[in-house]
Amino acid sequence: MTDPDLQQSLQQMRPTLLRFAMLQLRNEAAAEDVVQETLLAALEGKSSFSGRSQLKTWAVSILRNKIVDHLRRGSREGSLPQVDEQGDEDFDALFDGTGHWQEAPGDWGDPAKVLEQRGFYEVLELCMKALPENLARVFTMREVLGFETEEICKELKMSSSNCWVVLYRARMRLRECLQLRWFGAR
Amino acid sequence: MKSCKEVHRLVIEGQDRKLGFTERFSLRVHLMLCAACRRFDAQMDLLRQALRRFPGD
Repeated sequence: MTDPDLQQSLQQMRPTLLRFAMLQLRNEAAAEDVVQETLLAALEGKSSFSGRSQLKTWAVSILRNKIVDHLRRGSREGSLPQVDEQGDEDFDALFDGTGHWQEAPGDWGDPAKVLEQRGFYEVLELCMKALPENLARVFTMREVLGFETEEICKELKMSSSNCWVVLYRARMRLRECLQLRWFGAR
Repeated sequence: MKSCKEVHRLVIEGQDRKLGFTERFSLRVHLMLCAACRRFDAQMDLLRQALRRFPGD
């Protein structure tokens, strides 16, 4: 791939990269910054792009690292909103007094097939966006960036019980949203 | 035996920490007998797989 080609392909990817960064940083200026850094790093490091993996996969992996760096810097400056730890009450409604499901969870089918379905990721993105910021930050670090839970609590200086509650709520909300907008809607 | 409410909690916590032997055992027994919780377990599994592949293709 020649330089102008690479530059053009990277530019075309820019909106996707921006969306990805926005989901995790929730701040347009910060997202612009990390994407800009990513595009520069990609151009400078083009020799490390083997052509074997897809260009997008490669660019996203650079972006992940930039986001991680950014989050680390941010956590040193402190400022993660804490949540209250009454985690249970939100979901008491899912169960009856004897601890049985009020409404049994639906069959979501074979993950391999679901993830290939057109439109699934748009809906997933919509549901991620709907998460409150303090949940989304911790949750994307865990699931999208692949941090260990212990590491997240430490980085963000959260108590581990706070960390659990946040992850728990995020998972349950996402589940509810996908059930409503994707699995229940088909 | 644990209730579905306790089990859904274990399933979720299992996503974020390694469950102890007793926890895993009671989880497995419950899942063998309870289709609703098996489906919940599968939902959490799908969520994880989907997010690891984010932003998709």
